[in-house]
Amino acid sequence: MPMEAHEIERLIKEHLPDAEVLIEALKGDGDHYAALVTSAAFAGKSRVQQHQLVYAALKGRMGGELHALALTTRLPGE
Amino acid sequence: MSEDVQSWIKDQVTTNDVVLFMKGTKEFPQCGFSGRVSQILNFLGVTYKDINVLADDGIRNGIKTYTNWPTIPQLYVKGEFIGGADIVSEMFQSGELQKFLTDKGVPTSKAA
Repeated sequence: MPMEAHEIERLIKEHLPDAEVLIEALKGDGDHYAALVTSAAFAGKSRVQQHQLVYAALKGRMGGELHALALTTRLPGE
Repeated sequence: MSEDVQSWIKDQVTTNDVVLFMKGTKEFPQCGFSGRVSQILNFLGVTYKDINVLADDGIRNGIKTYTNWPTIPQLYVKGEFIGGADIVSEMFQSGELQKFLTDKGVPTSKAA
């Protein structure tokens, strides 16, 4: 089930209000995206924990509806 | 979730130095993300065990619960979860992965 880019962005921002979210459609099929998420909430967390925060924001869609979301996480200023 | 699957997974990641849960096999990956991680490990000359989650639904679902990580591939080194395709690629590009493997005592054919 494809998901719109703005829906991904909305879910992430709902969970991480300070987040800057850049989403790029990789194939234009609603199913392959790359996301760059910048948030202060990632401070002091390992990469795995940072990605888990974003996955939590996506409420179970990751790995299901969203098979292909290439994810990069950054701290502000990084 | 079957406890048998969880203990089987635990056994795999603790008895093998490097384990990659992936879609397909290292010879024939069936997903671009799995293929990417597999290529990186091959490039580094790391010996690893590949486990094809497509061959078993119990493992495919079990591995997602094991580390609370929703996607596949998943790379484990000495029992520790390292990450999925994005994290492994990022670590590889920065040279961090090579260093990490060396520090963990995992032989690679490429110097860190």
